[in-house]
Amino acid sequence: MNTILPNNITSFGVLVMVVGMLSNTLNFEDVRCKCICPPYRNITGHIYNRNVSQKDCNCLHVVAPLPVPVHDAEAYCLLCECKYEERSSNTIKVTVLIYLSVVGALLLYMLFLLLVEPLIRKRDPHTQPLHNEVDSEEMRPHVDTGLARGNTVLERVEGAQQRWKKQVQEQRKTVFDRHKLLS
Amino acid sequence: MESEQLYHRGYCRNSYNSIASASSDEELLDGAGVIMDFHTTEDDNLLDGDAASPGSNYAMSNGGGAASSSTHLLDFLEEPIPGVGTYDDFHTIDWVREKCKDRERHRKINSKKKESAWEFTKSLYDAWSGWLVVTLTGLASGALAGLIDIAADWMNDLKEGICLSALWFNHEQCCWTSNETTFAERDKCPQWKSWAELILGQAEGPGSYIMNYFMYIYWALSFAFLAVCLVKVFAPYACGSGIPEIKTILSGFIIRGYLGKWTLMIKTITLVLAVASGLSLGKEGPLVHVACCCGNIFSYLFPKYSKNEAKKREVLSAASAAGVSVAFGAPIGGVLFSLEEVSYYFPLKTLWRSFFAALVAAFVLRSINPFGNSRLVLFYVEYHTPWYLFELIPFILLGVFGGLWGAFFIRANIAWCRRRKSTRFGKYPVLEVILVATITAVVAFPNPYTRQNTSELIKELFTDCGPLESSQLCQYRSQMNGSKAFTDNPNRPAGPGVYAAMWQLCLALIFKIIMTIFTFGLKVPSGLFIPSMAIGAIAGRIVGIAVEQLAYYHHDWFLFKEWCEVGADCITPGLYAMVGAAACLGGVTRMTVSLVVIVFELTGGLEYIVPLMAAVMTSKWVGDAFGRKGIYEAHIRLNGYPFLDAKEEFTHTTLARDVMRPRRNDPPLAVLTQDDLTLEELQGVISETSYNGFPVIVSKESQRLVGFALRRDITIAIGNSADQHSGIMLNSRVYFTQHAPTLPADSPRPLKLRSILDMSPFTVTDHTPMEIVVDIFRKLGLRQCLVTHNGRLLGIITKKDILRHMAQMANQDPESIMFN
Repeated sequence: MNTILPNNITSFGVLVMVVGMLSNTLNFEDVRCKCICPPYRNITGHIYNRNVSQKDCNCLHVVAPLPVPVHDAEAYCLLCECKYEERSSNTIKVTVLIYLSVVGALLLYMLFLLLVEPLIRKRDPHTQPLHNEVDSEEMRPHVDTGLARGNTVLERVEGAQQRWKKQVQEQRKTVFDRHKLLS
Repeated sequence: MESEQLYHRGYCRNSYNSIASASSDEELLDGAGVIMDFHTTEDDNLLDGDAASPGSNYAMSNGGGAASSSTHLLDFLEEPIPGVGTYDDFHTIDWVREKCKDRERHRKINSKKKESAWEFTKSLYDAWSGWLVVTLTGLASGALAGLIDIAADWMNDLKEGICLSALWFNHEQCCWTSNETTFAERDKCPQWKSWAELILGQAEGPGSYIMNYFMYIYWALSFAFLAVCLVKVFAPYACGSGIPEIKTILSGFIIRGYLGKWTLMIKTITLVLAVASGLSLGKEGPLVHVACCCGNIFSYLFPKYSKNEAKKREVLSAASAAGVSVAFGAPIGGVLFSLEEVSYYFPLKTLWRSFFAALVAAFVLRSINPFGNSRLVLFYVEYHTPWYLFELIPFILLGVFGGLWGAFFIRANIAWCRRRKSTRFGKYPVLEVILVATITAVVAFPNPYTRQNTSELIKELFTDCGPLESSQLCQYRSQMNGSKAFTDNPNRPAGPGVYAAMWQLCLALIFKIIMTIFTFGLKVPSGLFIPSMAIGAIAGRIVGIAVEQLAYYHHDWFLFKEWCEVGADCITPGLYAMVGAAACLGGVTRMTVSLVVIVFELTGGLEYIVPLMAAVMTSKWVGDAFGRKGIYEAHIRLNGYPFLDAKEEFTHTTLARDVMRPRRNDPPLAVLTQDDLTLEELQGVISETSYNGFPVIVSKESQRLVGFALRRDITIAIGNSADQHSGIMLNSRVYFTQHAPTLPADSPRPLKLRSILDMSPFTVTDHTPMEIVVDIFRKLGLRQCLVTHNGRLLGIITKKDILRHMAQMANQDPESIMFN
């Protein structure tokens, strides 16, 4: 199957990964040691959050100031649970930005296909509009091989786009109109 | 000479999987009989041909047999018609032919290997390409799963509010470094603003509640609308769960574009939107589809896989394992899922490749660390409390519930989908999605258990109430003061918080059950695993708390007396939620081994395998009592896909004669004769009929079988000959024999179609029991099989005929099997 953007997805997936690897260098705020201390005697429960290294991630280092007298510290600390966690905020940032830009691009392209192109196509009577839902019966999918191969890059892209559109239209008929698949 | 031909024939057959080895002897005998027959009672015409090259009738032209004699190798090189051996959209592949083709290709590479260093490198590349393609698939599906996880978490929280300091963080990440979180309200921090805070400037009060409510519905609606629009405009195949279709594709069906680039992109994008819109759906099934798309796309880089549909399906099997591996963070479960649920043909080699793909995918996802907890999954439980023997009773009850729910869900969902398929109501997919999304959002918001992300809900239900938990589910009335109450955490009477939570959970259960029935099958990517698990987890948690309270108030009952002493901790409600989730998923999908493995990989609860097994097995029994099909098989059946289920038994006593075409009153079988057709007649046969293949016989009088030619191949070959040889006219003779028949001197050049003829079609006699025929079709993956009587061609059985026959035997409408 040809598409207008060859290798679009594959390179996209690899890109995400590469970006993920590169951005794995941790920011200073990308590690935390979180200690949850339950209520103890008349002290309410508390959550402590500190930016320390993994070996220092224990109650004695993180819970400061201690809410209990020193002789009680050990008993209090036994109840607390400390967890060292890492994240990569850059990965999150890059992923969300990539996602949003892809959605944005698709949205624009969709609007173009639905709104702008029918206007352009009106001058061109022999091409079908995209949303021709009429069953021009049993147009089998392999009719698209007849398209002439263009010479310039632009023509080839145009040809590929036309072929893709026909495929999508065929799929749309199969799924939404005839309910042959996926219902 | 004869024995040599037979050897080659037997050799090619022998290397198919299962039954061939058992029957090769019989085949040899059979073949010998036929040969003798040929040599004694042959027409003159054929005798001529046979004298020149006696081996001609027994070599396979399109498969491994081509190398069997030198004449055929030449023949093969003579006209390799491009496009022959490919398939049309919505057609079934012939596994036997594909495997033969691959073996031939492999032999060719192996024989050339010694010739030069370049050829040797090529053979190495060929040998490694299987591992390379699964590695790439694993990498891509891991990366895409990471993207989907991160983006879906972020968008899901966008319904509630936004992180002002860093817009790309979700709620949890926003408050990640905050020191302002308190023990009771762990998710509150000043950086995270709800929409009411941003728009109205106040966080509390009825006004802000209504504002938040409104924004929640607004975002849910716009996400759902955007998702269905993208699906409709760019890739209609991206909707649904995809697992029924992938099962069908793996069994040898062609759906062009179903695993293409656009489907991959749109499915990835819209899956995030669909999950974020709060609809009652999950991302697990679609992730399998996404991984299979990756597998299909990467297999185009390797000629070994791109040119062979059977080999491609091996990659897809491995890809579906990678999909489940990243969906649940369960690599082993993924491999077993591929084996138990989706794959049709699963040799050991594919098992190892699936294992590797699952490993790579899980590794990539782990290094992306989407949940920020250094784990692959969101719900990892860490309790290790023991369970007691008497608890098997509630576990089995949960299994019964799961089976009932599964049977009910399948019935209701199929009825609803049938309505969508057959009535006018199916004409408005966008409207339907908007309607369901609106109802879901309006009803879900007031209840905190339905408002939150379903994965979060499952996580909360799985978690046990330790001293560190502060959720409403854990508000027990504490009896003792002081530290002792928290250190050993005995069963305690439920506080008002727990009772309130029970009510909310019951409502959430009803809501989820109803909404899931209407959601699965919408025209957006929608998986079933997470909602089913949520329903089971809710039910399990309710049962767990009930048993816990029962044990507390009646600890003198003999059941509890033995195990639950006063003040001892004996019931873990979180475990009940886990068991319930497994049971409900088992009831819906009817999986067993893979499901148990997935759940224990998911939760890390290795010591709870026996409860899980008991519940899953019970739910399968109960579910099977109401209908043997899981949801995926039911959807395959609903859509009429040509899927021959290996799990179903065929127990009827019909014979091949009863199933084959033509039937008694039908017109005779459309056949081609091997050397006395003209091109015009051939074209006439093709245009008048719609069959996908034609048996080739010696002559109309003898009806003796020569081989089988596929319609598509004939069309391609005719088209090709019209382009290349100008000598071919409409009244040209078409022949399938080795040498051209003797023709009058003034006749135009004849057309040789031997290279497209399959000279080893599978045949059975008309008295073969259908049990055996069905078995042959299942195990060898045949597309059609010819029926003979006393060596004469009588009819044909296709996969579709078998499916129709099975439907008829099960008192279903045989016309519901579509495609062919």
